[in-house]
Amino acid sequence: MARRLDLEHVNIYYGNFHAVSDVSLMVPPHSVTAFIGPSGCGKSTVLRTINRMHEVIPGARVEGRVLLDGEDVYGPGVDPVDVRRTIGMVFQRPNPFPTMSIRDNVVAGLKLQGVKNKAKLNETAEQALRAANLWDEVRDRLNKPGGGLSGGQQQRLCIARAVAVAPDVLLMDEPCSALDPISTLAIEDLISELKRDFTIVIVTHNMQQAARVSDQTAFFNLRATGEPGQLVEIDQTQKIFANPTQRATEDYITGRFG
Amino acid sequence: MTRTLDRPAASPLFRPISTGRRLRNRLATALVTAAFLLAVVPLLWVLYTVLRFGVKVVTSSAWWTHSLSGLLSFQAGGGVYHAIYGTLTQALVCAVFSIPIGLMVGIYLVEYGARSRLEKITTFMVDILTGVPSIVAALFVYALWITILGFPRSGFAVSLALVLLMVPVIVRTTEEMLRIVPNDLREASYALGVPKWKTIVKIVIPTALSGIVTGIMLALARVMGETAPLLVLVGYAPFINYNLFEGNMAALPLVMVSERNNPTPAGVDRMWGAALTLVLLITLFNLLATVVARRSAIKAK
Ligand SMILES: Nc1ncnc2c1ncn2[C@@H]1O[C@H](COP(=O)(O)OP(=O)(O)OP(=O)(O)O)[C@@H](O)[C@H]1O
Ligand SMILES: [Mg+2]
Repeated sequence: MARRLDLEHVNIYYGNFHAVSDVSLMVPPHSVTAFIGPSGCGKSTVLRTINRMHEVIPGARVEGRVLLDGEDVYGPGVDPVDVRRTIGMVFQRPNPFPTMSIRDNVVAGLKLQGVKNKAKLNETAEQALRAANLWDEVRDRLNKPGGGLSGGQQQRLCIARAVAVAPDVLLMDEPCSALDPISTLAIEDLISELKRDFTIVIVTHNMQQAARVSDQTAFFNLRATGEPGQLVEIDQTQKIFANPTQRATEDYITGRFG
Repeated sequence: MTRTLDRPAASPLFRPISTGRRLRNRLATALVTAAFLLAVVPLLWVLYTVLRFGVKVVTSSAWWTHSLSGLLSFQAGGGVYHAIYGTLTQALVCAVFSIPIGLMVGIYLVEYGARSRLEKITTFMVDILTGVPSIVAALFVYALWITILGFPRSGFAVSLALVLLMVPVIVRTTEEMLRIVPNDLREASYALGVPKWKTIVKIVIPTALSGIVTGIMLALARVMGETAPLLVLVGYAPFINYNLFEGNMAALPLVMVSERNNPTPAGVDRMWGAALTLVLLITLFNLLATVVARRSAIKAK
């Protein structure tokens, strides 16, 4: 079930380094939000903060609130494992589990959460692979290792794996950056379909992609190197691309940067 | 002819390999080959010697099914199954203790240590332990197990000394193998809502397994040839002793040591036979390691 996501005055640190300052934004359910901005401005950092992956890094910490349907994922007593089960993530580089077959990769989340029922696992695997537009390509080699797929197929396998645990929100960190235009289009189509079931946040360096897939776009920027990254503006995608309120946004989008 | 005049005289793009470089290449090739031969010749020589003197001994069936019990020192025949039993059980007991301890320490260092004080101390200790000579480990066990705690000299005491030698090796292998598992895999697992311990057990360890298994098998092979702990911690018995906790017990290195003092042809035969048997056992373990490593290796296609 798709849910609404709110960030309220989020500040993110790596040890003493203040990486992102004071981000507040709202992501409605069943929508796609794109994060754009120059390299190093903290897009990945914000994304990883949403599902508490940030704190995996030693010394990393977060201030502020991240609310999922009004409930703070950083609240006292909230288990980060539960949060990550509810908020799934797809990484920039495809990372299938090398010891597992294609099928096992897709249902790895369920299996490791203790689901044993073979029939259910097989059914979920098929559904997830269909959802990721990969079923037809792998249906007769489900028992082969996942590492044997092409890069684009591996990325879709990772999307299937994230979808299979049925999260409410799906975070995608530059899911197409290593892919050819055809795989990229396949994944963009997929994102528009996944919107029906999930709330999606996607980081991308590709303006056209942001314009094609997203409903709203958030522009992040760095005032100067060494300064924390910040959210410059967030608005409907058409508005951001047609007439942004901030000068920096317009410069970035039109390529007049710096 | 006129065509060449049209073009400016330019030096050709590619030049033949210069004489100096050619010479240096020859020299380096010769040196590398010489080093290779220098390393391989003694190795083959050892193997050849062991085989030459040992083969006729180990091919008799009594060798594998009898002990040396009741044989006088000049009498030919008999076998070393008592020593094979000793070597294998001592190694097995050692493995039963060392593998879990070594694995867990390795996992702690990589997955939970996080550059803490305890991690640094542990790494330092493991480094020191790696350098402890086997005779020192044996004397330590003698002092602790036999002098202070009052247990008799036994095969088990030998196993304890071997544990001291094997644990640091396993810690090291485990550590190295776990460190090369990409962090991406751990993060991918966390992002699926898998708890950390399950990520380690189901994702990280299987990915590193083949390397860990190889390391363990090699450590085991190494430990089976250790002689110092045997000399210090157990007496040699020419007959079978099934009791690991009491009494003299044979092991293959001990057979060699004791038969070396036996100047008769029978003694020489037994010595080389035991040597070849030990080499065969260790080879078997190495082969086993290769097979296991292959089976658990990551498959790409
Ligand atoms: N593990 C880390 N430890 C310390 N600092 C980090 C770490 N990861 C990122 N940073 C810093 O945090 C800042 C934001 O990094 P982040 O990866 O979020 O940028 P990004 O917007 O995703 O960039 P890109 O578009 O290149 O992926 C950068 O200055 C970066 O150097
Ligand atoms: Mg990034």
